[in-house]
Amino acid sequence: MTAAETKAPDPVFHAPWHAQVFALTVHLNEAGHFAWPDWAARFGATLARHGLERELDGGDDYFAAWLETLEEILDTAGVAAPGDVAEVKQAWERAYLGTPHGAPVRLPD
Amino acid sequence: MPHDHSDHDHDHPHALLPPEPALRVKALETILTAKGLVDPAALDAIIDTYESKIGPRNGAHVVARAWSDPGFRTALLQDATAVVAELGYYGRQGEHMVAVENTPDTHNMVVCTLCSCYPWPLLGIPPGWYKSDAYRARAVREPRAVLADFGVVLPADTAVRVWDSTAEVRYLVIPQRPSGTDGMDEAALMDLVTRDSMIGTGLARTP
Repeated sequence: MTAAETKAPDPVFHAPWHAQVFALTVHLNEAGHFAWPDWAARFGATLARHGLERELDGGDDYFAAWLETLEEILDTAGVAAPGDVAEVKQAWERAYLGTPHGAPVRLPD
Repeated sequence: MPHDHSDHDHDHPHALLPPEPALRVKALETILTAKGLVDPAALDAIIDTYESKIGPRNGAHVVARAWSDPGFRTALLQDATAVVAELGYYGRQGEHMVAVENTPDTHNMVVCTLCSCYPWPLLGIPPGWYKSDAYRARAVREPRAVLADFGVVLPADTAVRVWDSTAEVRYLVIPQRPSGTDGMDEAALMDLVTRDSMIGTGLARTP
């Protein structure tokens, strides 16, 4: 913990995926897919569970817990089953590995 | 750029593979977009809002106004949600905002022991330390030690009050107005109001 009071502002999100998973969650909440207090309760439970194993520093580990919570909510809601997520994730992985450096990465249609 | 940051900077024959959680997020986004539940443009708009439009300047505006305008200050302490909404700052998750004022007798500081509830419309996204287990646990247990870590040492007779945020209620600390600021206008006062002073882990700057 540091008392950073420098002039240069901290970046809001330290990795692009932190911003993406944050935006996904806010968007789904605003579209009415879940209430924010329910989100906070589930997220708090995930953080507590992760915090038993090691002390969380509020960085990557924080958004890892965030992502896990969102995956659970979407699985429970029947929107995105873990098997489907794994499959699409692998498709993205193949797309990255099969795309020349510098070209935009897209999923095959 | 087609790839995320990486420690590698040598030439790659293919696009850099993003970290594993980034691929999981992309998978969710792909599935939700295909089902029509998510609009990628809306996601970009949310990110842009939080990266460039919402931040501690909003809170500093509220604090500087409270320092300058006694009527505003009274209204803010009575019903912060309504008052900040008039300035255009809304809680998008429907939360209530409560302003707590530091005085020579009482210093307020804010934590979220559950997760990381925070007055986004006024302060933006919380800093990493606010989300850490260390702060979340210690702010309640030993607030004076935490304040000392931040370089804040209060008089022994100043009480420290810790407010635990929830999904429904978010707190904004109104720091004490520094001495030597008589006659300063709202814009000049805003520059004295730091993010940490509005969480209660800092004091306002002195001019």
